Amino acid sequence: MSGTTQPVGSTAAGTTVKERAELALNDEFLRKAVKFTTERLRGGKLKASEEHGNWDDWRERGRQIRLHTIAHLDYYLNLFADNARANGVHVHFAHTAAEAVKLSLAIAERNDAKSVVKSKSMVTEELHLNHALESIGVEAVETDLGEYIIQLAGETPSHIIIPAIHKNRYQIAALLSAEAGETLAPDTTVLAGFVRKKLREKFLEADIGMTGCNFAIAETGSMVLFENEGNARMVTTVPKTQITLMGMERIIPSWSDLEVMATLLPRSATGQKLTVYMSGITGPRRAADADGPEEMHIIIVDNGRSNQLGDPEFQELLNCIRCGACLNACPVYRHIGGHAYGGTYSGPIGAVLTPALQKNVAEWDDIANASSLCGACYEACPVKIPLHDMLVYLRRRKVEAGHGSKLESLGMKGFATVMGSAGRFGGVLKLGKLGQKLVVRGGVIRTKLGPLKGWNTYRVAPSLPKQSFRDTWATLEEEIRVGLRETAPDVKQRLEAVIRERKQKEGGSLHG
Amino acid sequence: MKVSLFITCLNDAVYPRVGEAMVRLLARHGVRLDFPKVQTCCGQPAFNSGYWDEARAAAATILEAFDDSDFVIAPSGSCAYMIHHYSQLFRHDPGLLAKAEELQRKTYEFTQFFVQVLGVTDLGAFFPHRVTYHPSCHGSRLLGVKEEPMALLNGVKGLELVPLPFAEDCCGFGGTFAVKMADISGAMVMEKTDHVKETAAEVLVGLDMACLMNIAGNLRHRNEPVRVMHLAELLYEGVTGVMKR
Repeated sequence: MSGTTQPVGSTAAGTTVKERAELALNDEFLRKAVKFTTERLRGGKLKASEEHGNWDDWRERGRQIRLHTIAHLDYYLNLFADNARANGVHVHFAHTAAEAVKLSLAIAERNDAKSVVKSKSMVTEELHLNHALESIGVEAVETDLGEYIIQLAGETPSHIIIPAIHKNRYQIAALLSAEAGETLAPDTTVLAGFVRKKLREKFLEADIGMTGCNFAIAETGSMVLFENEGNARMVTTVPKTQITLMGMERIIPSWSDLEVMATLLPRSATGQKLTVYMSGITGPRRAADADGPEEMHIIIVDNGRSNQLGDPEFQELLNCIRCGACLNACPVYRHIGGHAYGGTYSGPIGAVLTPALQKNVAEWDDIANASSLCGACYEACPVKIPLHDMLVYLRRRKVEAGHGSKLESLGMKGFATVMGSAGRFGGVLKLGKLGQKLVVRGGVIRTKLGPLKGWNTYRVAPSLPKQSFRDTWATLEEEIRVGLRETAPDVKQRLEAVIRERKQKEGGSLHG
Repeated sequence: MKVSLFITCLNDAVYPRVGEAMVRLLARHGVRLDFPKVQTCCGQPAFNSGYWDEARAAAATILEAFDDSDFVIAPSGSCAYMIHHYSQLFRHDPGLLAKAEELQRKTYEFTQFFVQVLGVTDLGAFFPHRVTYHPSCHGSRLLGVKEEPMALLNGVKGLELVPLPFAEDCCGFGGTFAVKMADISGAMVMEKTDHVKETAAEVLVGLDMACLMNIAGNLRHRNEPVRVMHLAELLYEGVTGVMKR
């Protein structure tokens, strides 16, 4: 597969994670491109966080700010909306994606808009807003370089902050050459130069500038954007009307909280101390301002987020600051890229967020199974969201709702029966030793029959030894007893001291 | 004083040599291990797949086995960490919850016990080979066992420790993940063994036989002659000079 002609991201419905992952695993271009960039980002993040120092303390501080905000989200949302309105912003609340789209289209129609320039926004991806705008004859142009490439390819972003991470520069050159009507060299400067020229025209003729929002500051009703290309500055200063779409959880209480978030976000996302541009926008253009929109709207989108409020297992999902660090750290994402996840959001956060936002945690396909639960996502997360635990909760909810696989359910019943008693476990080991005689060759099992197919396609399976540990114990214990009747007195003293220490700590935190 | 061995089902069934090495090493350091035979499995395969009732059935045998133990030692960071989930599993049963919390306080991974509790890092082992180390995810990330194995490896005379590139990346085992998402898991283990090959190590050592079974299985599949060992086996071989395969 060439990777240039197969828009992996264009379809998700009706396919399984395994099918989508298979496409990616067979796409050498994609795997190389994803590995190359995630490695660079992951390394950059590690370096930047080490240089900054006390990283775990900063993470904890960020986590506390997010926990506090989400616990009082109603209060801070109202405060934000009141302050933004006082600044002259039209604030709208959208319960569903459909409502958010309707609000956006109404603003476009009222302003008789012909074209919209957009800076990067995952929320608008979630709403499929570009298609909606096109359906009423409004041209929507993505102005973030990566998003622009994805838009030309007719795909969806495969990474939260690097939308075109799955494409290499030759594939990008081919896409942009088609747009330019001439052959462009696969050279970053040439390609970016073409896009810059092209987009400059679009900025000047656009009626509406549309943005997402990294943080919304409740105390002043301001919105903050982090970016590296300057396109969000153009989007928020050139067109007469600005529409900002934000998830309802983007709020933080104050500018001093932003200091912590501005420390965590760029370092976690790209390994930068700060992005090239960080814009704080408080209301539309005032009389003394040189530029800025005359009319400004902020649409606050729920679209499933309130499902997490009050859910002890998933509320922390709302703490996410969309840095993408979990994707860069994830060994599964590394091999299958973002489109295999089948939703707007990919990687570990997407595997949890997609079913959670859709409320149908019981019926989603098996995205939550596409994880080895290694915990790299949790370790990378700047606000310490326990994604590896949430993946297990999703699996459990699916099983509890009766949507688990029949075969697996049967297998697990067998597991409970065998492992519920040492006698039965011992019995099964004896049977296994007899049964394996049919398949063991040279001490290992290579057959690809039944459940061994997946395992033995890539490995050999070990055979059971003549004696299990429990079989050897009696002999082993006798051997040990000869030299050591009981635990040595000096060791015993040491152990007793540890027990005393443990008892003192009891009721406090658990070790480990 | 009761110091008990939590053998874990995989080591019990497939790798008894790991348990034997542990028992003998600890005996050399004055610790008499006890082996309560009612233990089966920590329940992790069912727990991680979302079958918590089934996980409780297995976990109950662990709670029972170590009820009167003062210390519990496991040759697996992953199974030892599973005990930390017991307070979730048994949260609706106050009696069992108290036992679960107590068990968590007294459970140690093998290297934790040696280094943190016994305060021993030099076992007097001699192992003149080129060795690389794979830190298993649950043990290192979740249980926090990072420095203990390094201290023990540094205490081995003659051992040349070569860093494993991308060591902290998951080997792709992930329990039922290796079967359910076989191709993704396969891609992960292939990358892991590529890195093992890059080190030109004779021996790959680790603390979790599940991960090592995965990596060793792939190495053998690729006809790579790297020897794969649990650290307990390496140390025991190093102190006795016994060459066993």
